[in-house]
Amino acid sequence: MKLRSAIFLASAAVALAALTLAGALPSDAADKIDPVADAKAFQKFFRDKFPKVKFEDFVNGPYSMNEDLYRQWQEKEQFPPYEFSLEMGKEMFSKPFKNGKTYADCFPNGGIGIRQNYPYFDEKEGKVITLELALNRCREANGEPPYSYVKDEMAALTAYMAFTSRGKPMDIKIPNDPRALAAYENGKEYFYTRRGQLNFSCATCHVQSPGERIRAEILAPALGIVNAMPIYRSEWSGMGTTSRRFTTCNSQIRAVPLSPQDDEYRNVEYYLSYVSNGLPISGPGARP
Amino acid sequence: MASTIRVRATSSGETTEVQVLIQHPMDSGFVKNAKGETIPPHFIQQLTFEHDGKKVFTADWGGGVSKDPYVKFAFKGAKKGDELKISWVDTKGATDTTTAKIQ
Repeated sequence: MKLRSAIFLASAAVALAALTLAGALPSDAADKIDPVADAKAFQKFFRDKFPKVKFEDFVNGPYSMNEDLYRQWQEKEQFPPYEFSLEMGKEMFSKPFKNGKTYADCFPNGGIGIRQNYPYFDEKEGKVITLELALNRCREANGEPPYSYVKDEMAALTAYMAFTSRGKPMDIKIPNDPRALAAYENGKEYFYTRRGQLNFSCATCHVQSPGERIRAEILAPALGIVNAMPIYRSEWSGMGTTSRRFTTCNSQIRAVPLSPQDDEYRNVEYYLSYVSNGLPISGPGARP
Repeated sequence: MASTIRVRATSSGETTEVQVLIQHPMDSGFVKNAKGETIPPHFIQQLTFEHDGKKVFTADWGGGVSKDPYVKFAFKGAKKGDELKISWVDTKGATDTTTAKIQ
């Protein structure tokens, strides 16, 4: 036992040394992590690829890519399928916990109109905190059991919170902290790394081929994709959070999904949200 | 609990357009849950719309209708301010009714 922990400690030390070494050598300019330039290039890519699509319209995912689908969606929006969930979320949000406190006590501005600031980098913890994670932490801090990260109650809560932020531009900040930059870079790497039996990366579908069909579905652009979360998907006949989107994407490409709110998923959300800065929050959304 | 029925009825003068969204699981009886057990059938059997005591639309449904169904139709002979009564009955005998004012 002692030996094993010693080995573990030693390997941890080696890993740490490697990490600090990598951090200490910013090599040449091309390898430098530059989120501002990234976001600019990312948004320019989509603008150039789809010159006819209005910038704010990218948040409408597949609907911005196809006229027929756009018309169907507008019809649907008169009676959106997420309405029940939204109402449930509103009710849940105002209902106090057993100890008398509410969700509003856990969030700045009482939780209203703050969706555009999530996920954020927590400097105390040194990690990315998503809205879903913050909600469950709020519950646990008040003695309530956590909710599933993928659907139902969690989606209802985030649907309501997103709704109160509708139209506000996504505003993700990367503090001047090497750990924040590392989280961002890790998320970016995850986004562009191929995996699974089909050997797809997130970017394969959502950067390379938005607007194209994958079987009967029209692929959504990665730009603004998180702005519409959570979403009602007809395919799920229910609501899903960002975590649900990530895990299903992973299993669709026949990769083993990580657990929801895994560090890497949080980092991807951080990356994706950052490069969508400036685009309005449109959640909760509805998708085919 | 709020009503399971959402209604929007608008009159254009001649015709009245009605849109309804109903919250219901609409289990067909052919689906299994995660444990492999069959989810028993539970769906709306009849949906009716009444205007002025007269049925203007009736739907006899089976298990093939989707969860949280949406219905849209139009009829003649109503005017703004009239009331429209909507009700459904499902296979477990549960029921819900609501009235909406035509706008």
